[in-house]
Amino acid sequence: MAELLQFVFSGLTVGAIYALVALGFTLIYNASDIINFAQGEFVMLGGMTTVFMALAGVPLPLAALIAIIVTTGVGLALHRFAIEPARGASPVALIMITIGASVFLRGVAQVVFDKRFHSLPPLFGADSIQFGGAAILPQSLVVLAGATVIVILLWLFVERTLLGKAVIATAANRLAARLIGVDTRRIVDFSFAVSAAIGAIAGILITPITLTSYDVGTLLALKGFAAAMLGGIGSPLGAVVGGLLIGMIEALSAGYLSSSYKDAVAFLIILVVLVAMPQGLFGRVKVERV
Amino acid sequence: MRTLQRVTVTAAIGLAVLLSAGHQASAQTKIGAVLSVTGPASFLGDPEKKTLEIYVDEINAKGGVNGQKLQLIVYDDAGNANNARTFATRLVEEDKIDAMVGGSTTGSTLAMIPVFEDAKIPFISLAGAIQIIEPVHKWVFKTPHTDKMACEKIFADLKHRNLTTIAMISGTDAFGKSMRDQCVAVAPQAGIKIATEESYGPRDSDMTPQLTKIHNTAGVQAVVNPGFGQGPAIVTRNYRQLGIKLPFYQSHGVASKQFIELAGPAAEGVRLPAAALLIADKLPNKDPQKPVVVNYTRTYQQKSGQAVSTFGGHAYDGLMILVQAMQRAKSADKSKVRDEIEKTKGYIGTGGIVNMSPTDHMGLDLSAFHMLEIKGGDWTLVPGT
Repeated sequence: MAELLQFVFSGLTVGAIYALVALGFTLIYNASDIINFAQGEFVMLGGMTTVFMALAGVPLPLAALIAIIVTTGVGLALHRFAIEPARGASPVALIMITIGASVFLRGVAQVVFDKRFHSLPPLFGADSIQFGGAAILPQSLVVLAGATVIVILLWLFVERTLLGKAVIATAANRLAARLIGVDTRRIVDFSFAVSAAIGAIAGILITPITLTSYDVGTLLALKGFAAAMLGGIGSPLGAVVGGLLIGMIEALSAGYLSSSYKDAVAFLIILVVLVAMPQGLFGRVKVERV
Repeated sequence: MRTLQRVTVTAAIGLAVLLSAGHQASAQTKIGAVLSVTGPASFLGDPEKKTLEIYVDEINAKGGVNGQKLQLIVYDDAGNANNARTFATRLVEEDKIDAMVGGSTTGSTLAMIPVFEDAKIPFISLAGAIQIIEPVHKWVFKTPHTDKMACEKIFADLKHRNLTTIAMISGTDAFGKSMRDQCVAVAPQAGIKIATEESYGPRDSDMTPQLTKIHNTAGVQAVVNPGFGQGPAIVTRNYRQLGIKLPFYQSHGVASKQFIELAGPAAEGVRLPAAALLIADKLPNKDPQKPVVVNYTRTYQQKSGQAVSTFGGHAYDGLMILVQAMQRAKSADKSKVRDEIEKTKGYIGTGGIVNMSPTDHMGLDLSAFHMLEIKGGDWTLVPGT
C-alpha cells in the first residue's frame, strides 16, 4: 500500500510539472488557435534567468520577478516580430514559426547563459514530508498549489472580466470581434504575454525538482502538449487534469511495468487522443454549421 | 568591361593562391579534439577542452614538440554521437590532423573509432567503457579507467564492508549500459549478488518509482548507480527524499564538484571510485602521483578559475602521453607515434601510473583507483583503498 502511495506521489510530482507547462498552451490557443511550441522555452527562460540573476548576486525573489518580466517581454516580442507579420498564414505555418522560434531561443540561451545544469533552492526546504509510509517533496506541493492558483485566476479572468470575454470573442470569430470593437491584435499580444509569464512561473517553481539547463524546453513542451491535448486544448482545468493524469500513468507504468518505456507513455497518449477523441476530456467539440 | 573582368579574375586567383600558400606555410603538428563541451555531458567536455587549451599553450610557449608548434583543433559534438562522427570525418579529411585526443563520452568515441581506424590516425579516447579497448583496436587508446575497473573497485569495497546483495539503477546512455553490463559480468566472481535492477532515461526528472521498487525489494544491502550527467544527481536527490539509508555507490562518471553542487546535502556519504586527482592535497607525500596531481590542480584552477575534475585530468594524461610519444618517435609520423604510444611505460599521470602494451591500450590497474566518500561537500579518501 505504501508502495502504491509512493508511486501516486511521484506521479503527482511529475504531473504537476506537466500541468503547469500545459497551462501555458491554453491562453494562446484560446486567443488565436495557435499551438505555441516555444512554450517550453518560456519555462526554460524563467528558470535559467532566475538562476543567473541569483548567481550575479540579486536576491532570489527579485531575481524571480526579473525573470518573469524578461520572459513576458520575450513572449511579446515573439508575437510582434514572428507571429503578427505572418497573421494571414494558415495555423500550420504559424505553428512552424513557433517551432523555429523555440530553436532560436534555445540557441540564444546557450550563448547568453551556459551549457551546464543548474538548480534553485526549494521554497520550503529539501526534506521530504513523510505520509503513510511514502515521501513527497514540499516543492511538489508548491507546484500543485501554483497550478491550482493559475487555473482559478484564468477561470476568473475568462468568466468575470470584460477582457476575458474579449479573448473568447477573438477565439470564436476574429472578424466579428473586430467588428464589435475588440482590438484583436492587443488581445493576442496579451495572451502571448500572459502565457509567457505562466511559463516563467512554471520554470521557477519546477527547477528545484527537475534542475534546468538551456535545453529542458523541448521535452517539457512535448509532454505539456500531450497533457493539454489529453485534457482538451483550450481548457485550463483540462490542462491540469491532463498533466496529472499523464504524470500518474508514467509513474505507475514505471513502477509496475518497466522503467524503460516511461517516456513512450506520453507520446502513446497523444496518438490515442488525436485518433479517438481529439477534443480531449474537457474540450468542446467543434461544430460547424454550414 | 573586358579589363575589369580580367582584373577581377586575376585578383580571385591571386587570393586563392595566397590562402592556400598560407595553409602550407604552417608546419605545425595538428592535434584534433572532438569533445562534448555542451549538452548533457558538458561537465566532461568543458574541463577537457580547457585543459587541452591550457597545456597546448604551455607546450608551445616552451618551443613546441620536435621543434614544431602544436595546433589544437576542437569541435563540440554536444553529446551527440552522430555529430561526433561528422566532426571526426572533418578532422581527417579537411583539417588533416596528425593525432586525435578526444571523445568525451563512450557513445561518441565508439562512433568515431571506425573513422580513425580507416584513416590510420592515433586516437586517444577520454571515455570510460571497456569496449573502447577490448577487443584491441590498433589505433585506439584511452586514458580513463574502464567501467569494468569501477565495478571491481566498488565490489571490493562492498565485500570489505560485508555487503553482498545489491540493487543497481542504471542510466540507459552508452556508459550507463556498458558499466551495468560489466558489473553483471564481474559480480559472480566478486561474490556479489544483484537482487534487482532498474533503469532511467538520461533526461528523466524523477526516479522515485524505480527507487521505491528497489527499497521494497527484500534483502538489498546497498545500491549502485552506473551513469553520468544529470541523471545520477537526480537519483541521489531522490534517494535522500525517500529516506533510503542503505549505502549508495556512484561511478566515476560523477567525479566532478558539479555533482556535489547539484545533489546538495543528498551527496553526503555517497561513495565512488575515483582517481587520485580529486584528493590531491590529501595524498600521502610519498605517493608518486602527488607532484603531478598537485601541479595540475594548481595550474588548472589558476588558469580556468574552476575546481578540477577527473575528466580534465584524463585530457591532460591523453595530451602528455601523445606528446611524449611524439618526442620519443622524434616525428609526427602517425605510424611511429602510434608505436610509441603503445610503448608507454611508467608514465605517471593524474589517473594513475600507465604501462601500455600491445594487448593493453589503457595501461592502468586497480591501484589507480581510490575509493572516495563525499563528506561535508568535499571528497575524502576511504582509508586503505
